[in-house]
Amino acid sequence: MSLLVLAWALTLAQVMLGLSMICAVYRVVAGPRAQDRVLGLDTLYVSAMLLLLVFGIQTGRTLYFEAALIIALLGFTGTLALAKFLMRGEVIE
Amino acid sequence: MILAPDLPPWAAVLVAVLVLAGAAMTLIGSVGLLRFASFYDRLHPPTLGSSSGTLLIVAASIVTFTVLRSRFSVHEILIAVFVTLTTPVTFMLLARAALYRDRIEGSADVPHVEE
Repeated sequence: MSLLVLAWALTLAQVMLGLSMICAVYRVVAGPRAQDRVLGLDTLYVSAMLLLLVFGIQTGRTLYFEAALIIALLGFTGTLALAKFLMRGEVIE
Repeated sequence: MILAPDLPPWAAVLVAVLVLAGAAMTLIGSVGLLRFASFYDRLHPPTLGSSSGTLLIVAASIVTFTVLRSRFSVHEILIAVFVTLTTPVTFMLLARAALYRDRIEGSADVPHVEE
């Protein structure tokens, strides 16, 4: 019984994180300005990272944790580079 | 698809509550990103997902793997620490870049400095 509750809770959480990714994608597509798109991208990668963590909980494997850690690292670098580009017009000076 | 880790009842309920709360926080943050009017308002809601959303789901993951392997498993703390450290840095840089661009364009809806 409690495992059924857990299974449904995990599925519902995945649906909610998917919806949150859709909201972020809408912000990336709709803009209206470049900084809004970067903000949408940041929200998108955080949601994707959390979705992978929930997959890891569901399957009980640590593979997903490593993928989530890499998404967190690369997402941070990407957003930082884009913010720097918006400020200066180039990434590496 | 019905799939769940084989946890005892108390851990199953705890993990379910933590995961649902974390996902709800993230969803609320993203809906805020969708609905707020200006960029400087929109900067705030996504941090809901990267602070409390991440912490709750990481806590659920810690409980799951600690109970599944019957030993203390805290490698998820890496993600929590990393996201907590990096989110303020990126958002402050992004806000500064947006402020710089808006001021150069002479845009009217820039937050004013109290002097």
